[in-house]
Amino acid sequence: MEEIGLDISLNNVWLLVTAFLVMFMQPGFAMVEAGFTRAKNTSNILMKNVMDFSIGSLTYWLIGYSIMYGGSMFGGLIGNPLEKFWFTSSGFGGYADMSDLMFQTVFAATAATIVSGAMAERTKFNAYLVFSIVITLIIYPISGHWKWGGGWLDQLGFQDFAGSTIVHSVGGWVGLAGAATLGPRIGKYVNGKAKAIPGHNLAYGALGVFILWFGWFGFNPGSELAATGGSTIAIGHIAVTTNLAAAAGAVSAMLVAWAKYKRPGFGLTLNGALAGLVAITAGCNAVSPGGAVAIGLIAGVVLVFSVEFFDNVMKIDDPVGAISVHGVNGAVGTLLVGVFSTSDGLWYGHGFKLLGIQAIGVVAVGAWALITGFILFKILKATNGLRVSKRIEEEGLDIYEHGENAYN
Amino acid sequence: MKKVEAIIRKTKFDEVREELHKVGIDFLTFWDARGTGQAHEKRIYRGIKYDTSTIERMYITFFCNDEFVEPAVKVIMGSAKTGDIGDGRIFVLNVEDAYRIRTGEKGAKAFGTLTAE
Repeated sequence: MEEIGLDISLNNVWLLVTAFLVMFMQPGFAMVEAGFTRAKNTSNILMKNVMDFSIGSLTYWLIGYSIMYGGSMFGGLIGNPLEKFWFTSSGFGGYADMSDLMFQTVFAATAATIVSGAMAERTKFNAYLVFSIVITLIIYPISGHWKWGGGWLDQLGFQDFAGSTIVHSVGGWVGLAGAATLGPRIGKYVNGKAKAIPGHNLAYGALGVFILWFGWFGFNPGSELAATGGSTIAIGHIAVTTNLAAAAGAVSAMLVAWAKYKRPGFGLTLNGALAGLVAITAGCNAVSPGGAVAIGLIAGVVLVFSVEFFDNVMKIDDPVGAISVHGVNGAVGTLLVGVFSTSDGLWYGHGFKLLGIQAIGVVAVGAWALITGFILFKILKATNGLRVSKRIEEEGLDIYEHGENAYN
Repeated sequence: MKKVEAIIRKTKFDEVREELHKVGIDFLTFWDARGTGQAHEKRIYRGIKYDTSTIERMYITFFCNDEFVEPAVKVIMGSAKTGDIGDGRIFVLNVEDAYRIRTGEKGAKAFGTLTAE
């Protein structure tokens, strides 16, 4: 067997440790979503979080990984689905092949789990299981191949380091398709006016946001895929830009909420930290610490206006703010790479070229996620049914869908 | 025999209970109550203003013989008052009869320590 050097060993450990950190974002999402929804649906939302990770792990290993990272076919539109089908390997490149599968699996599961928040408190459980299969088998791997599998967006020069667009926007836009197809929760709109449906435990919400923030130190620095040589410096830089953007997002969301609603609202501030994290993900390696602060500040402002826009103008009911956090700020963060990239950005006098390419990527992946999302949910609605009955929604999904309350 | 009911501020509950104890009211029942009234609590959740339109109070009730009523009402009035809207109400109702389950005692005797001997 070929000699495995210390560099490869170190990189391999780094990749696995960061993969485990990203896995820990799952309980983060679970706590945010449970906290921002009502107590009567807690078992249901947690069950969805457990199942999208479990089902996603199985389907992504089975064939999703191959569709994303198999050899490019049809001009970079899709990876060869049979190349890594039923994947097993004892080989290695910069790290073990199996470590790469582990790392990519937790990213796929992140895209899937975003959607449960946008569709919370009214979706049929069996329909959600079908959705979990489809997003990790088809929707996420195909658009993922366009960039990370070496597909057409990658060849165009599109930059998305750790997945503002590839992971977060995909989840956010599919969530938008789901929430729009479902319609708002009962009681959300009275005579066309948006009503507050307060979440049952903001302590869970805060815990979840801190867990996600922590997990992001795997998501972004891990995406360097190495920890030795030049990457030694890169992962430190990425950790700093990631943290600064999150902090700036929380601060600016708080200030905007304070100015608009006369109170420093807690729920929106929590969303602001996540918005900063999502936005920095695309450019965490390419921007300076100052650029990261700028991206975070912008993300926090966009977040508050976006939540209001979807609530009052679009009238799409998104209980946890997943569309604004992941969809909108994923797009904003990806575009801002074209502005704040120190090597190619507009701010540093490198013109509009990168910004244009970023826009193409944002629109193409956004359209893909929205269209496939709408097709999927329309089909589910017409066949199995997507939404629970009025009575189940009013009395809680916990009892009728699962026969179990979260609190006894 | 009378039944006394009072709706008071939650923050005043401990004080009221202590004062009632001083005038011989040792047994009382209480629970968290919600109601509607003139006071409103404005809140904001994720940028949307809303009104809980519920007011949280403590509901206390106890039974006693007639001579206890006046001092009891007096100490509640004294200890539950802040002077702002929402201090609450006191109601006094007649009670037809009372029984102590353990001994089968009837009427005034059923009150035990509250009975004027």
